[in-house]
Amino acid sequence: MAGQSAAALRKQLEASQTTRQMLSWGRYPKIAHAHVYKPAWNDQVPAILQDVAPGSLLPFGLGRSYGDSCLNAGRELIACRRLNRILGFDETTGMIRCESGVTLSDIIDVFLPKGWFLPVTPGTRFVTVGGAIANDVHGKNHHRAGTLGAHVRQIGLHRSNDGLAACNAEVNSDMLRATIGGLGLTGVIAWADIQLKPVAGPWMEAESVPFQSLEQFLELNRESNDRFEYTVAWLDCFAGKNARGIFFRGNHAADQGKEFHSKRGLKLPMALPAWMLNRYSVKAFNSAYYRIHAAKKNASVVAYDSFFYPLDSIRQWNLLYGKQGFLQYQCVIPETNIGAIEELLDRIARSGMGSFLGVLKQFGSAPPSGMLSFPRPGLTIALDFAMRGERTLKLMQSLDEIVLQSGGALYPAKDARMSPALFEASFPRWREFVPYIDPKISSSFWRRVTGAQ
Amino acid sequence: MTSTADPTTTRPFATPANIDATALRQIVVLGATSGIALEVQRQLARRGCELLLVARSPQRLAEIRSDLEARGAGPVFTYSADLASVQHHAAIFEFARRTFPDFDTVLLAYGSMHTQTESESSVDVLLDELRVNFTSAAAILTLFAADLERRRTGCVAAISSVAGERGRRSNYVYGSAKGALSLFLQGLRGRLHPAGVRVITIKPGPVQTSMTDHLPNAARFADPEQVGREIVRALERRSPDVLYTPRIWRYVMSAVRQIPETVFKRLSF
Repeated sequence: MAGQSAAALRKQLEASQTTRQMLSWGRYPKIAHAHVYKPAWNDQVPAILQDVAPGSLLPFGLGRSYGDSCLNAGRELIACRRLNRILGFDETTGMIRCESGVTLSDIIDVFLPKGWFLPVTPGTRFVTVGGAIANDVHGKNHHRAGTLGAHVRQIGLHRSNDGLAACNAEVNSDMLRATIGGLGLTGVIAWADIQLKPVAGPWMEAESVPFQSLEQFLELNRESNDRFEYTVAWLDCFAGKNARGIFFRGNHAADQGKEFHSKRGLKLPMALPAWMLNRYSVKAFNSAYYRIHAAKKNASVVAYDSFFYPLDSIRQWNLLYGKQGFLQYQCVIPETNIGAIEELLDRIARSGMGSFLGVLKQFGSAPPSGMLSFPRPGLTIALDFAMRGERTLKLMQSLDEIVLQSGGALYPAKDARMSPALFEASFPRWREFVPYIDPKISSSFWRRVTGAQ
Repeated sequence: MTSTADPTTTRPFATPANIDATALRQIVVLGATSGIALEVQRQLARRGCELLLVARSPQRLAEIRSDLEARGAGPVFTYSADLASVQHHAAIFEFARRTFPDFDTVLLAYGSMHTQTESESSVDVLLDELRVNFTSAAAILTLFAADLERRRTGCVAAISSVAGERGRRSNYVYGSAKGALSLFLQGLRGRLHPAGVRVITIKPGPVQTSMTDHLPNAARFADPEQVGREIVRALERRSPDVLYTPRIWRYVMSAVRQIPETVFKRLSF
């Protein structure tokens, strides 16, 4: 392919477009794209950026955003999954350079055996580095380590107008801050330098503690934040105001001297029929889950994958929610407004539409790494709702009101339906980000919440 | 494959004693930037193999070299040259011999697929398709095969295609080049057998790579990672002379081969 004329390359790239539906993780909304480019090499990206019309392209990783922030209805995507090479590793410092389509799973597989782990990881390892940066993802160690963006030292960014440029704290530092959490809108990430952290091995010392109210949850955070690197809670979303759940906390364990084998989990082969998930089955699941964990021995040494990625053990778990897909609702609410959180939980419980994946986490006070980073001090709640049409959307709108009034915010990576007003309230300074958007790039989400064309 | 317990699977000719599960140690990959080669190389890297990668772009070679070394490959060497041009072959072979005097495996993985319409309407495209997929491949394999034959060890593997088994109206130029390559490998296998050198004809079904993105239904094609795994398994075991990958293509093609010509010419696929 090298040595070919530019025209031949373009022809080849044109041929490599395919028209099809690309879905995000929530499988809602279902929208078609005009083309999907699938470059296998970074040297092909500039020609693609040159050829497309203004506002028509969006980088796409593994489609693990839940809503439409990784989609571009009627327009084009540039799928970065084949740009998946590790370009460098400094074994003395743990700094890696990798292309944007490398997955966090790849990084773990290659570097954990060498004693290095991700500085921050979301609840799934099946996301690309590009996607993780574009959403400035957070993890169970937010109170200690901030977001992933805080550990990105440098990126190479393809821009349609000024080619491939390095962005770091010294050069193009504002472009780096715009790209971290920038929803893929600032350009196509060619590569990123990420600072890994040293660990003793693949094992975790984990504890689980049941709690019966938000006060208890906050108390657990207070006593754990200094002693535990990772904290998160599972929430029974049928319990309403008297929030009950299980608080998980853990640290990397010393080497256990035993062999580690990664488990390859089950795979859900197809979408489940919608009736299987109803208020009774899900409520029963929640109760059982609470009892099992509340009764369990509360401290143990577990493998890192079951600690960080319990859901990854069921591949394609999103198909649990049936053909219509599901929506996720992740908001953050200031701790001063604990009443708002109770009201939120109460409304969900009364609706009977809650799911088994209620997650509660206290964010730390680390300053945001990106201009549009979501994490900020407060409590963040993430809940799934099976898509059941209008009544699901209505419930979420009523939750929006609580978030708005409490001075909270919604997470774009999880969203498929927030109003422009709520986006404005969540990211009041979004207009400062606009100049950094690449003129060739746009997304369904961005057009929906800002009215951009 | 020889089994004394079951006479039906015993080969008519004794297998030379020096054919054994190939010690995958030093592999030369011709066409290292092809979609399938990339996956094969990842698998080889995990086994700690030493690699010599040949492809056109020095930039791309440098990228995969650092990737493979990070993933566990022994030293990775690269050589940038256009494999489709026979005049470069002597230099490529010379470099390979100097780098790995005792290489054990050579894998030919490059190819090209123009659209059938292009190949039908332009003689230049047609000749190019035949040159890239067949004549240049036969030429360079001849150099490497002679070396292995002389050393009486090792393995020659080349990626042909299921498309080379029947001439389909929608893809017969590519198909005829791959068909010729399969026949060439078959003959080479016979020639190298007495020397104890294995020849593996790899026949993938359609795989999701840059080469096939433009084809209809590309989303349903095989996962390149699976194909890469199956190829490496074939390289390191003494198993088949001809590898269909994914496996199902062995059965599909045995059915397709049975379709009588009078029926086949009416099929539009």
